[in-house]
Amino acid sequence: MEDVLLARWQFGITTVYHWLFVPITLGITWMVAIMETAWVRTKKPEYLRMTKFWGKLMLINFAIGVVTGIVQEFQFGMNWSTYSRFVGDIFGAPLAIEALLAFFIESTFLGLWIFGWKKLSPKVHLATIWMVAFGTMASAFFILLANSWMQYPTGYILNPVTGRAEMQSFSEILTSKVLWSHFPHTIFVGFATASAVILGVAAWHLARKRHVVIMRKSAAFAGVVLLVATLGVALTGHYQGQVMVEVQPMKMASAEALWDTEQPASFSLFAVGDKENNRNAINLSLPRALSLLSCNNLDCEVQGINDLQAASVAEFGDGDYIPNLFVTYWSFRIMIGMGMLMILIGGLAVWFHVRGTLTREKGFLKLALWIGIPAAFVANAMGWIFTEMGRQPWIAYGLLKTEVSNSPTVPGAWIIITLIGYTLIYLALALAAGYLFVKYAKAGPGEEETAEDVAASMVY
Amino acid sequence: MEQGIWNLETLWFVLIAVLWIGFFFLEGFDFGVGILLPFIGKDDTDRRVMINTIGPTWDANEVWLLTAGGATFAAFPEWYATMFSGFYLPLFLILFALIFRGVAFEYRSKDKLPQWRTTWDWLIFVGSLLPALLFGVAFGNLVRGLEIDAAGEYVGGFWALLNPFSLAMGVASVVLFTLHGAIFLALKASGDVRDRAAALSKPLAIAATAVMAISMIWTYLTSDSGFVPGMLPILAIGLLGVVIWLTREGMFGWAFACTGLTIVAVVAGIFVGMYPNVMTSTINPDYSLTVFNASSTTMTLQIMTVVALIFVPIVLVYQSWSYWVFRERVGREDVTASTT
Repeated sequence: MEDVLLARWQFGITTVYHWLFVPITLGITWMVAIMETAWVRTKKPEYLRMTKFWGKLMLINFAIGVVTGIVQEFQFGMNWSTYSRFVGDIFGAPLAIEALLAFFIESTFLGLWIFGWKKLSPKVHLATIWMVAFGTMASAFFILLANSWMQYPTGYILNPVTGRAEMQSFSEILTSKVLWSHFPHTIFVGFATASAVILGVAAWHLARKRHVVIMRKSAAFAGVVLLVATLGVALTGHYQGQVMVEVQPMKMASAEALWDTEQPASFSLFAVGDKENNRNAINLSLPRALSLLSCNNLDCEVQGINDLQAASVAEFGDGDYIPNLFVTYWSFRIMIGMGMLMILIGGLAVWFHVRGTLTREKGFLKLALWIGIPAAFVANAMGWIFTEMGRQPWIAYGLLKTEVSNSPTVPGAWIIITLIGYTLIYLALALAAGYLFVKYAKAGPGEEETAEDVAASMVY
Repeated sequence: MEQGIWNLETLWFVLIAVLWIGFFFLEGFDFGVGILLPFIGKDDTDRRVMINTIGPTWDANEVWLLTAGGATFAAFPEWYATMFSGFYLPLFLILFALIFRGVAFEYRSKDKLPQWRTTWDWLIFVGSLLPALLFGVAFGNLVRGLEIDAAGEYVGGFWALLNPFSLAMGVASVVLFTLHGAIFLALKASGDVRDRAAALSKPLAIAATAVMAISMIWTYLTSDSGFVPGMLPILAIGLLGVVIWLTREGMFGWAFACTGLTIVAVVAGIFVGMYPNVMTSTINPDYSLTVFNASSTTMTLQIMTVVALIFVPIVLVYQSWSYWVFRERVGREDVTASTT
């Protein structure tokens, strides 16, 4: 395999893995903060027990997100040194700011939260988890700032002397429309994932009539968050699609396997591609739906792959500017399908809760656990794969191709060694995290009445 | 190269040095505690006491490294690209170590199974020892110079990084961090853990003084033109000499300040010695990466400077506060009431 392909596999594996855990963190920190707020305000012990129970699951998950995040920061320099030299003037700053603003807040205040139950007053202790929640959101913002620039470079000039992209306007980078469509989408994804996990775990207990008071409250809370968040994901996703048509039309065309420009454009439901002849062998589609998705009317034109490829050749010279269509087409569909399923589960949870039958809906409780949780992870992985694969062959869209961005001095053997290494390490971590998560999830909340009770069980 | 020192490039060189100093000062004793885990922690409760002395703060200490990495990327992309691709395999080992160590702290006490705890304890030990060694090796190579070609790429391969001089620097950093950790435990733990750490700090102080003196002399011999400035290494060795006496007198607060200052002096000495180079080429001095030819644009440096001026003081305030909150010693009674 070519070195650059090995480096891509490494980035793909480590990023998708990191992204299994991080969305939970993004949402669950806020949800635990809300639970602890309820405790501090009402002093009802069940809220404390909820905080501690979900807080422990939060910590088991948090640790993996943190350590796999270090790999991400180092990987740009290790495997993608040419890319790093080319974009460092712009791309490095968000990473540095993320560490300075977000990582310090997350790590310091999480330490205070875990170990501070006895040492801090309840209000100050509560403030620490809110700081953690804020820190995770800030972290998401800055890393998406960096990623959005790769998707849609703005506020830069190409310096012919240094041969790199250099910052021209930081405010333009900060106000990038890709960033402001990615960021809310990601935050809603975080809430959707965390609430799907909480709902699923609570459903397991409810189906067994265990810890009914706490689990009913948790399930109702998670159900509402899930419904709101998944609707938010869908709306922001719709907006992302419109931005994508504008700034990365090839990504949208490849998501649809839309070979030829259409007006009005139909949304493909099932297609089998025929790349040899630049067309689809089979295509089942919904008339006008793609026009609606792309520009909010039933009649607009959506550019097709063949035209976009020709335009790219005219602009950038010979080359294949078409992403891997199988991956983009199916990842896009699976992501949306799973998202729809999650909206349904959130809606059902709220519906059953309002009717007061949530704890008795055996079928739904199974669905929430066995479909709701996996759907969230599959949707997240597919969304990320889609957005990154969909911009290929570019690493920085329109500026630098992935195939020339890797480290020239790093031999393939090193990448293979580390690729195997990360895979084994991450497998071991997944087993350990999965074991602990299931163990603590099944054990359920303890009988803590005071912060002192919690303190003893939180230390390392 | 006559650009003087009053420029943003130099400021960022200094700031990155400060971030590394912060990292080694703080995570230095975390590494030391991890390395000492099998030697001072005689039973599971002892080991929990040790881990809990750094429990609330180790993660934020590690963020100094991530910030140093991010700041290097932002301020000196060429330095970041050459160093991270050049130190590829050592960095992978460091990542392996930091990954398992971080998870181990969080996970080891979440199950009672003895094999579970033993496994994580070994990962904490290895996960502390490896980075302590490899960061020393990496900085040894920065001091010594590397095979940097005309394109600014490191072309020396993996084995060249493991030269005797750099390995000696690695050993020196392991011993220094172990001493720093022992003194930290003598300050932060109570009972047997405190006593054992206090006792162990005495021979460690002698060993640290010896290996640091050897690596300093070696550094002078390796570099041909007074590479390391005179004052800082002498200060570092002198402080360690004082630590030998302080550990014997049981004055661990002062001893901790002195090992901390030793770390400051050594890292500052390395950076002052390198300046204006950030990666010195052994192939041709003209190929060296310097703060001027490896840096970002003035605009990026200005933005970063504003962000740093606002947020570094804030970080220092809340991080100091967290040390204040957890100022009490940790003893066996603090960790025995687990409900797992």
